[in-house]
Amino acid sequence: MRVPVSWLSEHVALPEGSDAPGPDELAEAFVRIGLEVEDVHSLGPVTGPLVVGRVLEIEQLTDAKKPIRYCRVDVGEMEPAGIVCGATNFAVDDLVVVARPGTVLPGDFAISARKAYGRTSDGMICSPAELGLGDDHTGILVLPATVATPGESAVELLGLDDSILELAVTPDRGYCFSVRGLARELACAFDVPYGDPAVLEVPGSDGPAWSVHIADHTGCGRFVARKVTGLDPVAATPWWIRRRLQLAGVRPISLAVDVTNFVMLELGQPLHAFDAQQLDGDLVVRRAEEGEKLTTLDSVDRELDPDDMVICDATGALSLAAVMGGASTEIGETTTELLLEAAIWDPATVARSARRHKLPSEAAKRFERGVDPALPPVATELAAQLLVRYGGATIAPGRTDVGRPELPTPVVMPLGLPDQVAGVRYERGAVVHRLTQIGCRIEITGGDGVTSLVATPPTWRPDLAQPADLVEEVLRLEGYDRIPSQLPPAPPGRGLTVVQRRRRSVARTLADDGYTEVLPSPFVSAATWDCFGLDAEDPRRNTAGLLNPLETDRDQLASTLLPGLLEALARNVARGQRDVALYGLAQVVLPRSGAPPLPVLGVDGRPDAEQLATLQRGLPHQPLHAGVVVAGQWERRGWWGPGRAASWADAVEAARSIARAAGVELSVVAGENPPWHPGRCAELRAGDRSVGHAGELHPGVVEALGLPARTCAMELDLDALPVAEHRPAPVVSPYPPVLQDVALVVDATLPVADLTATLRAGAGELLEDVRLFDVYTGKQVGEGKRSLAFALRFRAPDRTLTVVEASAARDAAVSAAQQAHGAALRS
Amino acid sequence: MSGANDEYDPKQVAALAPQALARAVEEAQTAFAQAADLEALAVAKPVHLGERSPLMTARREIGALPPQARADAGKRLNDARAAAQAAYEERRAALTVERDARVLGEDAVDVTVPTDRVPAGARHPITTLAERIADVFVGMGYEVAEGPELEAEWFNFDALNFGKDHPARTMQDSFYVAPEGSRQVLRTHTSPVQVRTLLERELPVYVVCPGRTFRTDELDATHTPVFHQVEGLAVDEGITMAHLKGTLDAFARAVFGQTSGTRLRPSFFPFTEPSAEVDVWFPERRGGPGWVEWGGCGMVNPNVLRACGVDTDRYSGFAFGMGVERTLMFRHGIDDMRDMVEGDIRFAHAFGPEV
Repeated sequence: MRVPVSWLSEHVALPEGSDAPGPDELAEAFVRIGLEVEDVHSLGPVTGPLVVGRVLEIEQLTDAKKPIRYCRVDVGEMEPAGIVCGATNFAVDDLVVVARPGTVLPGDFAISARKAYGRTSDGMICSPAELGLGDDHTGILVLPATVATPGESAVELLGLDDSILELAVTPDRGYCFSVRGLARELACAFDVPYGDPAVLEVPGSDGPAWSVHIADHTGCGRFVARKVTGLDPVAATPWWIRRRLQLAGVRPISLAVDVTNFVMLELGQPLHAFDAQQLDGDLVVRRAEEGEKLTTLDSVDRELDPDDMVICDATGALSLAAVMGGASTEIGETTTELLLEAAIWDPATVARSARRHKLPSEAAKRFERGVDPALPPVATELAAQLLVRYGGATIAPGRTDVGRPELPTPVVMPLGLPDQVAGVRYERGAVVHRLTQIGCRIEITGGDGVTSLVATPPTWRPDLAQPADLVEEVLRLEGYDRIPSQLPPAPPGRGLTVVQRRRRSVARTLADDGYTEVLPSPFVSAATWDCFGLDAEDPRRNTAGLLNPLETDRDQLASTLLPGLLEALARNVARGQRDVALYGLAQVVLPRSGAPPLPVLGVDGRPDAEQLATLQRGLPHQPLHAGVVVAGQWERRGWWGPGRAASWADAVEAARSIARAAGVELSVVAGENPPWHPGRCAELRAGDRSVGHAGELHPGVVEALGLPARTCAMELDLDALPVAEHRPAPVVSPYPPVLQDVALVVDATLPVADLTATLRAGAGELLEDVRLFDVYTGKQVGEGKRSLAFALRFRAPDRTLTVVEASAARDAAVSAAQQAHGAALRS
Repeated sequence: MSGANDEYDPKQVAALAPQALARAVEEAQTAFAQAADLEALAVAKPVHLGERSPLMTARREIGALPPQARADAGKRLNDARAAAQAAYEERRAALTVERDARVLGEDAVDVTVPTDRVPAGARHPITTLAERIADVFVGMGYEVAEGPELEAEWFNFDALNFGKDHPARTMQDSFYVAPEGSRQVLRTHTSPVQVRTLLERELPVYVVCPGRTFRTDELDATHTPVFHQVEGLAVDEGITMAHLKGTLDAFARAVFGQTSGTRLRPSFFPFTEPSAEVDVWFPERRGGPGWVEWGGCGMVNPNVLRACGVDTDRYSGFAFGMGVERTLMFRHGIDDMRDMVEGDIRFAHAFGPEV
């Protein structure tokens, strides 16, 4: 909300003279008590003789193409001033603003007498822009004829010494969307007296102003109407109202509109003015009917929702209540009879209507935060009186006032609660003083050895509903800076869980291995699954969707990290990186089949175990995945020789690296799973459970996604890995090993892992390690065969192993391989 | 060869004559000195000190001397041999030093060539900062709590005291999960973990919750739809706002240095009452030390405790939350949010394993 300081200070007894707070101090005070100041905008500064002048004579100096005029202007001195001016939007007798020589206008614009077109120009006639009043350069500022007399200072008249505060109001403080509320806050901040502009004598009335029936009391709590007649439809809005509206950022339109806006800004009560002569019969306040339509003031035809509140007459809906008026009863240039309406609407209904129709109007903004239910009679009265004073109108005798507004209920609070919550000992009386200051009515009650207070919140504070709300008021007004800094007693924490530590180890390991962490996007397009070549039944296509995605084609939540990782890979490649190895650790979203709908739960107490279990089952499974993608060279080329291209093996090794970090055994078998290359895909298993895949991507996928050739990837479900709580220590034998090599010829299709497992089992306990060190295919071993050479390391835990023992164990391993796989020892 | 115990015959034992010995020593010394390298020295050694060298063969002649002359001759011979041996050792030592110096010189390399055969990886500074923050609290005795990112609205809003149609709910710009009426959202903050924690753990609880959060902000220099928060929650008997202030100050000092601290400004969050914005004093701020907006905090709203079945007469608590991206941005002078989001490896590489 934008508010000029001059308007605020009218209602607050701020310190004066040298103690008077400047705009920055006011802003600080607002911040201190909880209003966010977005901007402080000072008009001016203007120094020197800036005065009001009246134009006496105009003499045309040049032709009409580029008219230059010499004006004689009464500036309140013996002799009129002669001024050369290029603007033409004024005439003799107009009141203008004259900067006499010696004036300095905003932007350090110094005015002096100068010669022009053969005349001496004794100053300047100013445009609004030159005065710092906006950016209107098109003409000079013409003042209303009666606002001032020549020679008067224009600085005060125009409020050029004023400042404007731009404040953000939190959703709980609807009352601060008004000068009334902000001035009260300021009075609290400075602890000075406050004058409530809503204290206005509302005269009694003679019957209703109009017959109004509230059909839905939930939607409308109170409806007040007042009628004025005989309004001069072209009466000008007084200068001071126009000025205030402008400073508050509202464009003046016509007297009736300006008055309703002014009252809304001053008091916080939105008003609506109907052209009374366009109303047909009694008014009914009700929910809209299915399919009902309304053309709103912005000339948009809207289909109403049965949840919207409307004001209707015999012809149907006239106004989308609390949000925007309708076009049919809009006041215009001929309107002389107005029905002024001020109502209290249900905040939730207004919030839904404003959202539904995308109309975050000034009125809706206030109603959805709650408007003081005591205001409607005051607001309509003030508006009517202003129309009488400035528009020649007459107030009709009746007043409509129907409805039963909800008023805040008393809150009981132990007197010591604010001290207890803040950890501060406030001065005696401070609590009652502060609560009284914000408008509460306070009673003190004893009993049970605890002194409590009963606070009846003021009508404008529906947010004060529980003791904690009162505590906040005391704490913020006494100042958060009074709250000391104190550490609570340290709890006996157990540190990170084993799973949390494992996650960190995995991350560190991947980074140490050469992968760079990225934060993959969770938003995926369904088209990605087609690129990946997933068949229709693939579980990864079963995603959770978004109702309001930022990009309409990326409305799915990732069921795999690969799309996000590959996107980051492609971006790096596009930016000129050739060798890229990335990793990501993130939750994926896997909807459960047969998930129950989420129950509607209350908030008055803890839900029961079954409700919580249903809530949990209804949400998708969201395991933590780890993924890597790699393209280009794994080892660089350099003075040491050529580089080595990243391959499927690096992707598999990333999985093994993760498994080592996690302290689990991972087995690898040939797999087939798009988007991986069917011949270069490893399925990763922990025990019998498949936990992920690694390998080279399918060339078709690589092409479809525009990735570098032979891009490789790995993804596994970290949460599916068993948790290794205890890692048993090995027995480290100090005795020397015996090393033996064997080369076995086997079918080329036999996986090395199988043969290795057989060798390991066959060799028995003495085998410490077995490693494949060579693979040979060729004529010497025959078609469909290959020779696999293993280095075996034997060692005994308790003695020096003899070569004879080791050889026996090796032979046992070889014969196991012969039996199991038909392996032949290659000599 | 001479027979033993014969009559003394100087001619027969000429090999033991002082002159002969001196000559043999001299020849040995000359030969060793002339050996240009260890290989040449190895060739010269058997000639002058080997089994068939004059100094070795001379020993056999000792028996030919009369007994009274043998001791004398033996001593001469030993002296001569020691002298030749010493000459050899000396030369060998000198040549070894020479050889070592040459070999090491030949081994020398240009140690300034690149050695990064496998390019280095890196962790993302967002995760390292989140871990660092979590560690600060783990050090204070807190535990780390986590929760799902696709969350029930009940956890994300209802239990946190967001009224059904209250503007605070729309302020959060949620991503809603299909279908309409699913009652699921992408969590807009890490606060639902507070609720989960209170429902799952025994009181008292002191937890810190780092995690990924989502709001419908288009990606630009200062916004991202996917970001990270770290949230703290303490619920115990007798928790005060002074405890909140003390905890935030300790947190600020841990992340921004000993001279840092925090300042609270009143604000509004549905799940805390009283609520405050937190500013942190940042001594290394660009443009000079000053206050920087850091996060939100407050005393847990009794309505939240009630929704979790906590006895509000006995327990009270505080909660606070900060954006990790925002913290990283001002702490490290990052101008563009997109640098943290897009995954350009140059960004992560600029940070070490710690932030």
